[in-house]
Amino acid sequence: MSVAGHLGCFFELNARIFYWLFIGPFKGKPVNMTAVFHQMVRIGVQAFPMTALTALSIGLTIAMVGAQELSRMGASSYVPDLVAITILSELGPLLVGVVVIGRSGSAVTAELGTMKVGEEIEALEVMAINPVRFLVLPRFLAMMVMLPVLTVFGDYIGMAGGWTICHFALDMNTAAYVQRMLFASHPMDLYSGIVKSVVFAWLIITISCQAGLNVTGGAEGVGQATTSSVVTSILAMLIANAILTALFFFL
Amino acid sequence: MGEPLIEIRDLVRKFGERTVLNGVTFRVEKGETMIIMGGSGCGKSTLLRHIIGSMKPTSGSIKIFGREITDMPQPELERLRLRFGMNFQFGALLQSLTVGENVALPLIENSRVDPAIVDLVVKMKLELVGLTGFEHLKPAEISGGMRKRVGLARAVALDPELLFSDEPTSGLDPIMTAVIDQLTLDLTRKLDMTAVVVTHDMVSAFRIGTRMIVLGAGRRAGTIIAQGTPDEIRNHPDPEVQQFINGEPDGPVPLKLSPEDYIDRLLGHEREKGVHY
Repeated sequence: MSVAGHLGCFFELNARIFYWLFIGPFKGKPVNMTAVFHQMVRIGVQAFPMTALTALSIGLTIAMVGAQELSRMGASSYVPDLVAITILSELGPLLVGVVVIGRSGSAVTAELGTMKVGEEIEALEVMAINPVRFLVLPRFLAMMVMLPVLTVFGDYIGMAGGWTICHFALDMNTAAYVQRMLFASHPMDLYSGIVKSVVFAWLIITISCQAGLNVTGGAEGVGQATTSSVVTSILAMLIANAILTALFFFL
Repeated sequence: MGEPLIEIRDLVRKFGERTVLNGVTFRVEKGETMIIMGGSGCGKSTLLRHIIGSMKPTSGSIKIFGREITDMPQPELERLRLRFGMNFQFGALLQSLTVGENVALPLIENSRVDPAIVDLVVKMKLELVGLTGFEHLKPAEISGGMRKRVGLARAVALDPELLFSDEPTSGLDPIMTAVIDQLTLDLTRKLDMTAVVVTHDMVSAFRIGTRMIVLGAGRRAGTIIAQGTPDEIRNHPDPEVQQFINGEPDGPVPLKLSPEDYIDRLLGHEREKGVHY
């Protein structure tokens, strides 16, 4: 399929999600909340350990690099500022996004792709059950809720990682660390991070679902679709991140 | 006889250069059991997919319940689909749901029925196909033949007026084949359901069919070569039909190519390039 064709499919899927989210419920087809919670556990809760580990290691790394470089200028007391701002507005949403793409986005594509190959999606259509409402919508809502939540958790854990270095290597006391962080960061840093994670969530889940629903050609097709969904999601996320950072920078 | 339930006229479907269905025309009256026969890859399943509206024809007309479905908008097609059930070749069960949930799915999604009644209907439908007590297993935990029977139970869950079955008995043992045939007979004769069954199991076809069509192979691929009641088909003069229903290895559909054709096909590539041998 051409790039234009892919984009067309992508917007069509978005339009259908919009329909089933905002118009469907008024036509007697409500959102299945049980399925949404089920997907929230699969997409979000089960991704938590990996997100936590990633965020912790990033917090540690930023603090270590910062401590090394800033101490040359005798500015190691600025390490908490560095950790807070980079994690809240940039690295937190981005790295949590990468983890969720690798773990949950790929799983969504593989699952929907396998269903497509196994005629399950066709069977749903023949039973007059709309696949977008039945399969995509719960995953969409789960991702839109869980990625920002994971991002906030990841922010906390990253900052805790920074604290370990400041406390044990720089002999900074905890109160000072927290105070410096609160002083340095602005609520806008957190909000911009959350806004980003909402945009990332939308990109990740729509790209993953679209790749899964359009699988052709058996097990090999599922594999290719999963790879392409991961690659496309990461690229789309990085581009969106650059655009959003620029927006927040200039506004 | 009144309005036919299904009326197909000049149905043509091309995949790229290849014509899979070429001018298929037939009708199915209410209460009939129409058998679609033909060799592997002759377009039987493709034909069925067009009738249920999941594929769009290149040209031609398909009418179900007197309504043209080729250019029908999605919501209307969905309403129409509530009136028929489809039994897929490999069951097409949702792997993430249990057997019971699979059968309950059309009921839960398309009707507002009390959960207790859904439960009852699921038990009844599974009893029909001889699978009572398997409600809590996942499709991956049961055999292929059982999956197929669950697919049939799901197809009749909403008591449809029209049942489509894609090779309902292939891969089943003779006893189960007879059970499924008997079930189809009961549904059509007693409940006045109309059925369209794709099969190449001759015993089962002649047991349940009231009318049959045979799709051709080779040169006549994608066209109907014979059409009629089981007796008419059994005595049909066309040698290809006779070869098919009697299961003979050689005949109009050749077992092997002639030696010249064989050499041609084997070395055709080199010949085109001008290599002499």
